Amino acid sequence: MQESSYRRWVLPLLFLVLAAVPFVAQWLGEPFYVTLGARILIYALAALALNLVLGFAGLVSFGHAMFLGLGCYAVGILSFYGIGNGWVQLAVCIVVCALVALVVGTVCLRTSGIGFIMITLAFAQMFYFLAVSLREYGGDDGLNIYDASAFGLFDLGGSQPVYWAAWGLLLAASLGMLRLRRSPFGMILRATHANPRRVDALGYSVFGVRLTAYVASGVLTGIAGLLLANLTAFASPSYMSWPVSGELIVMVVIGGLGNVLGPIFGAVAYLLMEEAFKSVTQHWMLLMGPVVVVIAMLARGGYGRSLAWLWPARQAPVKKAQASKAEVKEASV
Amino acid sequence: MTAATMAAPAALATRDLVRRFGGLAATDGVSLDVAPGELHALIGPNGAGKTTLINLLSGELRPDGGAVTLGAADVSRATVQERVALGMLRSYQVTSVFDSYTVLENACLAALRKRRRGLSAWTALRNCADVVDAAREALSACRLDAVAEAPVESLAYGQRRQLEIAMALAGQPSVLLLDEPMAGMSAAESAGVIALLQSLKGRYTIVLVEHDMNAVFALADRISVLVYGKIIATGTADAIRNHPDVRRAYLGDDADA
Repeated sequence: MQESSYRRWVLPLLFLVLAAVPFVAQWLGEPFYVTLGARILIYALAALALNLVLGFAGLVSFGHAMFLGLGCYAVGILSFYGIGNGWVQLAVCIVVCALVALVVGTVCLRTSGIGFIMITLAFAQMFYFLAVSLREYGGDDGLNIYDASAFGLFDLGGSQPVYWAAWGLLLAASLGMLRLRRSPFGMILRATHANPRRVDALGYSVFGVRLTAYVASGVLTGIAGLLLANLTAFASPSYMSWPVSGELIVMVVIGGLGNVLGPIFGAVAYLLMEEAFKSVTQHWMLLMGPVVVVIAMLARGGYGRSLAWLWPARQAPVKKAQASKAEVKEASV
Repeated sequence: MTAATMAAPAALATRDLVRRFGGLAATDGVSLDVAPGELHALIGPNGAGKTTLINLLSGELRPDGGAVTLGAADVSRATVQERVALGMLRSYQVTSVFDSYTVLENACLAALRKRRRGLSAWTALRNCADVVDAAREALSACRLDAVAEAPVESLAYGQRRQLEIAMALAGQPSVLLLDEPMAGMSAAESAGVIALLQSLKGRYTIVLVEHDMNAVFALADRISVLVYGKIIATGTADAIRNHPDVRRAYLGDDADA
């Protein structure tokens, strides 16, 4: 019942607020806010996807920027050869990300814990240096994309169309993820986090369930990359550098692990703070670090978790609910 | 009863099963026959290799030698999943349930495998009526219906142990491996589980590892005694109770069980 109230209120409210951003930006005469907003939505989509493995399955993938970059280069390289059809680019992006996720996942999921973190990082770095070495496609300097992905009825030229595409995809992905969380697959996936041995003993393939989640997560992150390429009109190796993987993890963690909408709140908070601190000093990381530490320590399980009074672990005691209300205030200050 | 079960082909059997850990043979040439519908108890002092044997049967450990057969199938090299697919399910000595889920959800996850072939990512688990029905049936067999909606974290220890058995039942097994289902229970809780196992007896082929001798002697059709990885005797409760080697190795001369 509490879950449905969450779905009934928080999700529509969140997406209404997000839908208002372009109009408010126009009213304020600040088109930059749409670009910033689109960037936030794109990272939110990637973080939402990462949460499928990180939050649900408890697998710390430290290489998800790889998929973001693959999505970018799917647009960049195809457009380099004059293939601007968005559907073709999307299909290539999905197929490439799925294949890479399948291979990388098959290797990485033989390990767990630190091993998994290191191998996902290693694969991401391999793709990073592969992109750097691609001289024809700009190498280190990146690749300019002159034509936006064209989807027939619309194309992703400019911030506004990218914003709405990201908004729509994020909404669809959130609704899908909410369903998945309660579905047999989602329940088993989360169970593999808590107790893989028991999942095994019940007759499910822990490896198979994890690999499926990893591939789905990689593909969704790749689609976020496709949007990012259109937003920046640029494909660069830096999109798949390891700090980007780290940022995605931070977004998921401060938003609340395993909480479906947490990564969206995490991405909004992280990127808004980054923007705010950047306007103060170029050493914005100095300010960002402590804030992330405080959020991680105060709101255990992320500040998105502070919405727990709307979507608690079943039958949360009243006292806990009040505590989380206080956290909401803290977090929104 | 005993004569009849012995004559039938074995539901579960091992031949010269060996498993070593370094120089220690934890399972040392074990040959075991469990007839369909039999409740076969495994007893033995601590460190005799009972849990190793259960793990070899369930597939969590691979044998270094020998064979395990389930019905007509040789499953010596089969994975846990393949053995589960053939209907062999187990419970754990250390309670191993999903703490963050409700009792019903735990049972549903156990029941799911038998009812659905693929795993849907769309329909909510609790809307899969057939799965929920099977889960509720297993819970009521273990007298857990009253706490079906409670989170597992809130259960008393004895109830968690019962859920452990309910989850094995919900998977609709033909062979049940129960690893010390009464471990750590109070006398009253144990009595409840003994009554439960009594009601299951005959409907499933059961391998029971248990320390509680009263329970074993009351429940088992046959008992095998494991010492240092070897079976030193197999027989009915009376035969085991009076077996000279068993008395010496395990029960002690003053045993009055």
